[in-house]
Amino acid sequence: MSATAPSAGPRALEVERIRADFPILQRPMNGKRLAFLDSAASAQKPQCVIDAERECYETYYANIHRGVYQLSQRSTQAYEGVRPIVQRFINAPDEREVVFVRGATEAINLVAQSFVRPMLSPGDEILITGMEHHANIVPWQLVCEATGAQLVVAPVLDDGQLDMEGLRARIGPKTRFVSVVHVSNTLGTINPVEAIISLAHEQGVPVLVDGAQSAPHMPVDVQAMGADFYCFSAHKTYGPSGAGVLWGRYEHLKDMPPYQGGGDMIRTVSFEKTTYAEPPQRFEAGTPNIAGVIAMGRGLEYIESVGREAMIAHEQGLLDYAMDRLGDIPGMRFIGTAPHKAGVVSFLLDGVHPHDMGTILDMEGVAVRVGHHCTQPLMERFEVPATVRASFGLYNDRDDVDALVDGLHRVKEFFG
Amino acid sequence: MSDLRELYQEVILDHNKQPRNFRAVDPHDHEADGYNPLCGDKIHLELRLDDSGRIEDIGFTGEGCAISTASASIMTETLKGKTVAEANALFDRFHHQVTDEASELDPSLGKLGVLAGVRDYPMRVKCATLAWHTLQAALEDRGEISTE
Ligand SMILES: Cc1ncc(COP(=O)(O)O)c(C=O)c1O
Repeated sequence: MSATAPSAGPRALEVERIRADFPILQRPMNGKRLAFLDSAASAQKPQCVIDAERECYETYYANIHRGVYQLSQRSTQAYEGVRPIVQRFINAPDEREVVFVRGATEAINLVAQSFVRPMLSPGDEILITGMEHHANIVPWQLVCEATGAQLVVAPVLDDGQLDMEGLRARIGPKTRFVSVVHVSNTLGTINPVEAIISLAHEQGVPVLVDGAQSAPHMPVDVQAMGADFYCFSAHKTYGPSGAGVLWGRYEHLKDMPPYQGGGDMIRTVSFEKTTYAEPPQRFEAGTPNIAGVIAMGRGLEYIESVGREAMIAHEQGLLDYAMDRLGDIPGMRFIGTAPHKAGVVSFLLDGVHPHDMGTILDMEGVAVRVGHHCTQPLMERFEVPATVRASFGLYNDRDDVDALVDGLHRVKEFFG
Repeated sequence: MSDLRELYQEVILDHNKQPRNFRAVDPHDHEADGYNPLCGDKIHLELRLDDSGRIEDIGFTGEGCAISTASASIMTETLKGKTVAEANALFDRFHHQVTDEASELDPSLGKLGVLAGVRDYPMRVKCATLAWHTLQAALEDRGEISTE
């Protein structure tokens, strides 16, 4: 796509209208228009999400699944009403497969402890990739430590693509589980998860797809993908923090032991023997983030109302524009140039440390992330201490990219 | 750009471009590695004390942002000939200078004072103090520190 191509799509996205939905974007930063380019870390919230949470507390809040009074019934309905929204959002076959969790991190830990750990013996292998977020590394290290299993890592190519041959070679008779990131939060690489899943399934190995960066940016169809588990965090899908989703095939969920014990996840409790509720309740111990889950549902509906085809076209257009404009800056080095890439640009500028760039850009009203982005092994793979990362959401436009480019010229002037 | 100049003073930019004592110290009797996992700054510090316990030579290597590089550079410049007790006292005053937003400029800090602008940027304080924490680890033979 060329730098001048309009955001094509079935229904072009109207950025000005979208920006108006986000109160925080109306506030200046350091006296300048805020160019928020850190949605990969967490997205800003539209008014409807803020209102959903407030409306819950102001008009019908009570604990769920407990009271016979009307408030509790309304809260329960609103909370449970989010399951079919999620089901539609990721095209899950059954809403009982939708487990509400705190976020992607908790979802991965849940699968690691309740599904994978019980089947591991010493010498068994868990396969991940070299571009995983710490959230998809450390939970596996914990189960490996506890069971004597090994963590195996598929390599990443120089341009940030996954080495599919390397991955294929690492799926063997000892592989018990594969866990891969759908879209890398550092490189932007979109991994061919369908192909990875078929490779694993040929060997009878189940797969978790970390969708923290795909759910916010592209259509997701867990059935077409063929995954066994998929997860994401609401705070990246324009919803609140502290809520998220684990989707798992019912055939897996139904046999899994609980992750945590407590209220709401039981059928009967006695001191001799407690029996557990069916999924998804079995995995939702204790009082959940009620208003957060409800607002998460609004966030997903918001994305649907914008249209994910239009959104992906818009973000791809911005990505191409940004790569073009940034690429013109002398001394620019991109980390992650895979052909199939989402709206994430990681880069370095000769002679200037990312941290200094971050501070100067902030003064220019440009919010980017600097550091290792919770992917330290990936930083080592590319032999860089840190990168600057600009990531796009549906409210970003070319002015934001221009502000970033102008800010970087400022940086160069300063450190020149 | 006045804000920026406040933080990135000329002296800092100069020390960032041409860090002083950016080398190994051979022989040395103390060393340590400092690591700031948040931004990936890494510094290796070596030093030698003389018979009277004064810092005879001190140098550093590694990779960091302008603030941490300049801070390490100015620190090594400042500390040559100082006793360990003097170095510790200086760190106390320096730490106060870069962390207390209300602090007045402390003239006794000399050139180290150019880093005072950091006090308005809480996210950058660790950059300015990394070299000093590493120095303490070296003197106490702790080998390695991390600021997180
Ligand atoms: C790819 C990826 N996986 C997992 C996570 C963890 O998400 P959370 O911190 O919301 O649990 C993130 C968040 O940055 C991510 O980008």
